[in-house]
Amino acid sequence: MTFFLEVLIGGLLSGVLYALVALGFVLIFKASGVFNFAQGAMVFFAALTFVGFTEVLPGWTGLEPGSGGVFWLAFALALASMIVLGIATEKVVLRPLVNQPPITLFMATIGLTFFVEGLAQAIWGANARGLSLGISDEPVMWILDDFDIIISKFDLIAAGIALVLFVVLALLFQYTRVGRALRAVADDHQAALSVGIPLKHIWAIVWGVAGFVALIAGLIWGSRNGVQFALTFTALKALPVLILGGFTSVPGAIIGGLIIGASEKLAEIYIGPFVGGGIESWFPYVLAMFFLLVRPEGLFGEKHIDRV
Amino acid sequence: MMMNDMAQEAVAAGGGRKIGEVILDLQNISLRFGGVKALTDISFDVRKHEIRAIIGPNGAGKSSMLNVINGVYHPQEGRIVFHGEERKEMEPYMAASQGIARTFQNIALFKGMSVLDNIMTGRHMKMNAGLLSHMLYFGRAQKEEIEHRKKVEEVIDFLEIQSIRKTPVGRLPYGLQKRVELARALAADPDLLLLDEPMAGMNVEEKQDMCRFILDVNDQFGTTIVLIEHDMGVVMDISDRVVVLDYGKKIGDGTPDEVKSNPEVIAAYLGTSH
Repeated sequence: MTFFLEVLIGGLLSGVLYALVALGFVLIFKASGVFNFAQGAMVFFAALTFVGFTEVLPGWTGLEPGSGGVFWLAFALALASMIVLGIATEKVVLRPLVNQPPITLFMATIGLTFFVEGLAQAIWGANARGLSLGISDEPVMWILDDFDIIISKFDLIAAGIALVLFVVLALLFQYTRVGRALRAVADDHQAALSVGIPLKHIWAIVWGVAGFVALIAGLIWGSRNGVQFALTFTALKALPVLILGGFTSVPGAIIGGLIIGASEKLAEIYIGPFVGGGIESWFPYVLAMFFLLVRPEGLFGEKHIDRV
Repeated sequence: MMMNDMAQEAVAAGGGRKIGEVILDLQNISLRFGGVKALTDISFDVRKHEIRAIIGPNGAGKSSMLNVINGVYHPQEGRIVFHGEERKEMEPYMAASQGIARTFQNIALFKGMSVLDNIMTGRHMKMNAGLLSHMLYFGRAQKEEIEHRKKVEEVIDFLEIQSIRKTPVGRLPYGLQKRVELARALAADPDLLLLDEPMAGMNVEEKQDMCRFILDVNDQFGTTIVLIEHDMGVVMDISDRVVVLDYGKKIGDGTPDEVKSNPEVIAAYLGTSH
């Protein structure tokens, strides 16, 4: 039983991180109807930019390498870069394509993926780096002592950061004027314009926020797996999450992330041995495929009723 | 006919309503989409406090006309004078800040949001608190929110939709959705209210309600209204003046009685023998 709980909790915690990446997709899809394939590349770009700044900042400013000052300055600069990147993408790539069919926009974001990956490596170099947030990946002792369950401190803190981010975003969306404008734009562009909500500003805000989410995801994933090219593909784990949760639902992204995280770990442990193991990497996709057969709009997605 | 009586009664009741000076003047408007002429050389004006109807057969250019007024379409030729000022280049979202609100032919509400939230978006232009002030100083933003809620509650009372204020709009029946859309437009305190077929697809009872609301809005708030409507009975009952379009050209303009007796209008729109 303890072992089951350990696997389950570990799975849920990593699920929160999947949800974090999925959130970036959902934000942009809701507000502008674009499935931004480049979200993964943005995560990579964010992490690499942060690491790059931590490397060069001591030389520029004379701050101690690895000090808190360097960390926060690099964080601020990386955040600024992400917001600029997000807004520039919206302006240069997507705005000229307004009213094009979704597949065109999708292709544009695939192109964007390669561009952003290349840009990041052109600026900061292509070699893999380590990233340390100063949080050790060791079991939390009191939980181990009291409940006999091993839970990584890193996983716990990372999940905590992600949850705080979810709550802050949810509050902003639900209770502020800008949040209401965002929801309005997500719901109906024409109606939003008619009440005086400028679409372009809202899109800029959404891309900025998506950049911020990408940075947080990049920092956490980067410090876990290292900052390297493959980070882009970690983000693809967000796809089954989205299929489960629905492309248009923020709560869906969170629940979907939790289900994927928990089920892949449990499947690895309890089903894995019968089929030779290593199923963690493909199990979420199979789960998503079955889900598509039963509930194609996802758990929380909007149901599409086409009238003939 | 019930509706007839009711409309006349309401007009009679609003005897204090004075039709004022010209608020919107459209001069020689022509609009083309590529080679297709949507509107050709159309001129008419709208006076303060009046109910001005635009009628015409399908494809006559009524909705295009509304979109020109609203700043969504930019006519290639012609002048638009609103509030005594000639209109320059504008973006569609600017109409709201100039005091123009509208409803749509195919209801354009935020279906996932509650009735209250939908109507609150109508106050968007009147609210100042930005994202940053919301994050840093929640108190002021909250105070502003409460002020605007008051106005919104007034509109809700006025349109008699108190009981559904927390319901997600997508779950409401069609007639009520139309009413919520009107409420959202009214929440903006518009000088000019554009209604694109406010009664399309409604049953007789719902039409009567909507008629009453339009007349009451006009009467009590003094809102100037431009409306497109297919139901001729309704149009002739509630409008002060009517513009008739056909194939993008103006073929008639005047009081309902004048328009009804205009031979060109009868030929083009009402048909000769139906």
